[in-house]
Amino acid sequence: MSRLHVVSGKGGTGKTTVAAALALALAAEGRRTLLVEVEGRQGIAQLFETEALPYEERRIAVAPGGGGEVFALAIDAERALLDYLQMFYKLGSAGRALKKLGAIDFATTIAPGLRDVLLTGKACEAVRRKDRAGRFVYDHVIMDAPPTGRITRFLNVNDEVAGLARIGPIHNQAQAVMRVLKSPETAVHLVTLLEEMPVQETVDGIAELRAAQLPVGGIVINMVRPEILDEAAVEVAANGARAEVAETLRYALERTGLGGNRHPGLAESLVDPLVTQAREHTERLALERSGRTEIAGLGLPTYELELLGDGMDLAGLYRMARELRKQGVAR
Amino acid sequence: MTLPDQANGLDKAAVLDIDPVLDNPRTRIVVCCGSGGVGKTTTAAALGLRAAERGRKVVVLTIDPARRLAQSIGIDALDNVPRRVPGTDTSAGGELYAMMLDMKRTFDEIVEAHADVERARAILENPFYQSLSAGFAGTQEYMAMEKLGQLRARDEWDLIVVDTPPSRSALDFLDAPGRLGSFLDGKFIKVLMAPAKLGGRAGMKFLGVGMSVMSGPLNKLMGAQLLRDVQTFVAAMDTMFGGFRTRADATYRLLQAPGTAFLVVAAPERDALREAAYFVERLAAERMPLAGLVLNRVHGSGAARLPADRALAAAEALLDGAGGQPSATVPAPSAPPGEGAGGAGEATTSGDTRRTSDTSENLDGGGIVDRDSGQAGSRTVDAPGTGTPTVPHPSEGTPESTPESRGLPQPASPGDSTARLTAGLLRLHAERMRVLARERRTRDRFTALHPEVAVAEVTALPGDVHDLAGLRAIGELLAAQPAAATVEGAVAHSGTTGAATEVTGDAVGTSDGDAGQ
Repeated sequence: MSRLHVVSGKGGTGKTTVAAALALALAAEGRRTLLVEVEGRQGIAQLFETEALPYEERRIAVAPGGGGEVFALAIDAERALLDYLQMFYKLGSAGRALKKLGAIDFATTIAPGLRDVLLTGKACEAVRRKDRAGRFVYDHVIMDAPPTGRITRFLNVNDEVAGLARIGPIHNQAQAVMRVLKSPETAVHLVTLLEEMPVQETVDGIAELRAAQLPVGGIVINMVRPEILDEAAVEVAANGARAEVAETLRYALERTGLGGNRHPGLAESLVDPLVTQAREHTERLALERSGRTEIAGLGLPTYELELLGDGMDLAGLYRMARELRKQGVAR
Repeated sequence: MTLPDQANGLDKAAVLDIDPVLDNPRTRIVVCCGSGGVGKTTTAAALGLRAAERGRKVVVLTIDPARRLAQSIGIDALDNVPRRVPGTDTSAGGELYAMMLDMKRTFDEIVEAHADVERARAILENPFYQSLSAGFAGTQEYMAMEKLGQLRARDEWDLIVVDTPPSRSALDFLDAPGRLGSFLDGKFIKVLMAPAKLGGRAGMKFLGVGMSVMSGPLNKLMGAQLLRDVQTFVAAMDTMFGGFRTRADATYRLLQAPGTAFLVVAAPERDALREAAYFVERLAAERMPLAGLVLNRVHGSGAARLPADRALAAAEALLDGAGGQPSATVPAPSAPPGEGAGGAGEATTSGDTRRTSDTSENLDGGGIVDRDSGQAGSRTVDAPGTGTPTVPHPSEGTPESTPESRGLPQPASPGDSTARLTAGLLRLHAERMRVLARERRTRDRFTALHPEVAVAEVTALPGDVHDLAGLRAIGELLAAQPAAATVEGAVAHSGTTGAATEVTGDAVGTSDGDAGQ
């Protein structure tokens, strides 16, 4: 099974949440995972309800059952570059000189792709890192990656840089990172909602990833709504059985102490708005169905997570992790 | 017991009235910013269309639109020039143009415009340049600013509506001039350029110690060939940098000018509103004029008088009567379990519906019950047009199944399909009210932090927008903010918009119930 899980998805689909849930799910049974953030938003810290993450790997959660641990790291491009200079070239003082000159700024904000090289490079370093006994320090590294629209370019940046710097250490580093990213050790997962634009972006994103020969993992369908009524039932309520529905509603309100009798028009006045809402529900379900069909056409492992009606919190995150495990994400 | 009707928290925030902003001839630029996936581009397109149809000559500059949205404003191919959008109503004298930013093309154009032919070719052929211009981090932001500046300088449009790039931190575009400036002022560029300009040895001498310290590590790090590419590029661009910087600064000042209106776009979700709060603060820090917050995909309910917990209680009362199937879905007649042919299923649906409405005096609302068994189809098909209403499962409809008839109004017969149908409607409503309450809490938190920010809410639509009619409807929703958040207003609103756009009313009139959370 893959060790580097890159989680992407259109904005608003909940990719940070899914990445965190995946890190929890994969940390079960005493494993250790590292959850990596590359976009400097501190979304992980907010999700786990802790203070902002420093540029340092620290334990952020304990997985339920079996003592697994989730570590988190917010990668900062500038720090990663200095690290990298130190690690590979022992450029301690020269690094500071470079910084003074504005070269670090240049490298991390302006020079094409260097920033992304550093971010992917740091994640790959964590994947390959071993302890003294020769075992991997992390069983899995999960990256909360840039959105679908940019993911292929983000991961492929090393290819491009290797082409730009045709020899030398940057070339070698870029090639080494690319070898990890294109190997079966890596899996790129996309998070989507069953809405038109995210589904379309997912389909396009998968095609791009495949064209770039990047290893595609699975699709996580997030915020799925439970089906409560179907179209036909709603039409019956709107037409044939409208009077009965009003009557039943009046009865139910009366039974639950809402005074269906004392407010004679109440039940009647509620029917239309309730039917309107039900129509929106079924319309949405129809869109979800066609979205699901399109996703199924991709022929990838698919996981579904239900919408958490009250919004996302830590408890919801653990529920999502359980659900992902149940659906076999750790297999 | 009464059902409390109560205006929601909207009246605490100022209401954003968008039409005066769009109509004001002094408004020349509208910038839509916000995190990804909140409907930024849709909002920009809808505002552009609305302004055009209200009489202004508008160009919408989009950065990275979804394909179908681009098609809806007639720009399905990547194109770096404004194109007229067909199908807009020009009776008020306005026009709508749209364009999509082509980063590389924009960059190339700048090079071509500001360097002589030979130098331009050297730049365009430089591998470092080719990667840079094709859209690495930051380039999109610079080019968006550049394009905005160009459009404004041409002065052909009354109004430019722009959405911001989907960048990692969506306000990176504000940093573009500063970053470029600090780079250009930095020593690094001089170090880079020196050897190329003066020729190896001379450069070393000129820079003395500085260069001897730097050339080693740079060479070691970048490799001689990349360093040379970068140096050639920087040297070739040298004459243009000044111009870049001047224009970036000018665009930045343009954004601060009173003719610009920033709109922060968000959805009523925690993360999106947290980002929105960050944008509001950032814009204030940069002294950029904020017009307000557009809150997309807000849910409403025409039945907000009925709180979530009451609806759930009522649903449970019905399901208890029905022998309790609390989580059962009322199944689809069009897709009965195990039913094969789709065509037959469809025929059954329409037949069923028609028959049911023909026999509306039949109190048991027949069509639904037998759908459970999947036999409805065959039964209907067996006896089409007999006119005999099907009376299924008499046992279920008998009065015995009605619990304690203590003078309560007799329902259609709790325990039958109508009860389950009604319970379904109530459960959906409870769900909706929960969403409403959550959205309101999220929004109230934002409003508490930034009470000065005017807010316009746009109701959630079931599907995506694909055409001008859809954009027009969004524009109307944006403009039709209730002046005062009264329940009457909400109901009337929901009535009118419901017909045209299949949406519910605004999220006003939320009950204070808020229980079940």
